Amino acid sequence: MHNFTPGHAVVGGVLIAVGLAVVLIGTGRIAGLSGITAGIVRPMGGDRSWRVSFLVAALVVGALFELAAPSTFDVGPARPLWLIAISGALVGFGTRLGNGCTSGHGLCGLGRFSKRSLVATCTFFGIAVVTATIAGRLG
Amino acid sequence: MNLVAILGGALFGAGVCISGMVRPSKVIGFLDFGGAWDPSLLVVMGSALAVSIVAWRIVAKLRTPRFGVAFPAPPSPLVDARLIGGAAVFGVGWGLSGYCPGPALVSLVSGVTAVFVFCAAMIAAMFIVELDDRSHHPDG
Repeated sequence: MHNFTPGHAVVGGVLIAVGLAVVLIGTGRIAGLSGITAGIVRPMGGDRSWRVSFLVAALVVGALFELAAPSTFDVGPARPLWLIAISGALVGFGTRLGNGCTSGHGLCGLGRFSKRSLVATCTFFGIAVVTATIAGRLG
Repeated sequence: MNLVAILGGALFGAGVCISGMVRPSKVIGFLDFGGAWDPSLLVVMGSALAVSIVAWRIVAKLRTPRFGVAFPAPPSPLVDARLIGGAAVFGVGWGLSGYCPGPALVSLVSGVTAVFVFCAAMIAAMFIVELDDRSHHPDG
């Protein structure tokens, strides 16, 4: 428990959800981050401008944190690069097949008690815990 | 409408930075039950979920969004193999690296090579799925 940071967790969690809520209440859009990203790279077009605006704003704020408090980010990967590449591909495939990620299913979907999102969130959280726990034992 | 998206994105970006979601070491500290377990991520999700529930209650009281056309249709009740399989594949990927899509994209600004590798692989995989499947997805 020595790394537990409840204050930052509450402030950060509220800000994350208020960011999603601003978009939902203001524009009627569900701001799931995998959906936003896929909507930008989708070949058949669609409405890219709000998605790009959302992502660029998030990255600009991230850059401000990098400048003001570099310890916000890890300096190196938690795993070897080849494993990071596999992980990225799995996250990309999985979030599109499952139609959402931590923000889309875990926050937006659970927030309206969607059965799909409840099943998806329990599945990816459970599998992630099992995977990380096994990976931690293998080093 | 884009100003609303900019405000939402900025708040989201600040949230993932302050909460520690952008640090895979911290995320894995939560997901790995075998190590020195750090419950911070549970507090992040819990407080964020409370806000999300309130947001949907506000939506239920409004007829149309101020800067949009309509609110989302009620969620589909369909639970199929694609949903569960996709979530499981995502769970393996998240558990391996500690990165989920939003925090990984925001972390690009740190210039760490692993983040670029992760995001390139993730976006390439998303593109392949989108090539194959152009149906509209409702739940984000």
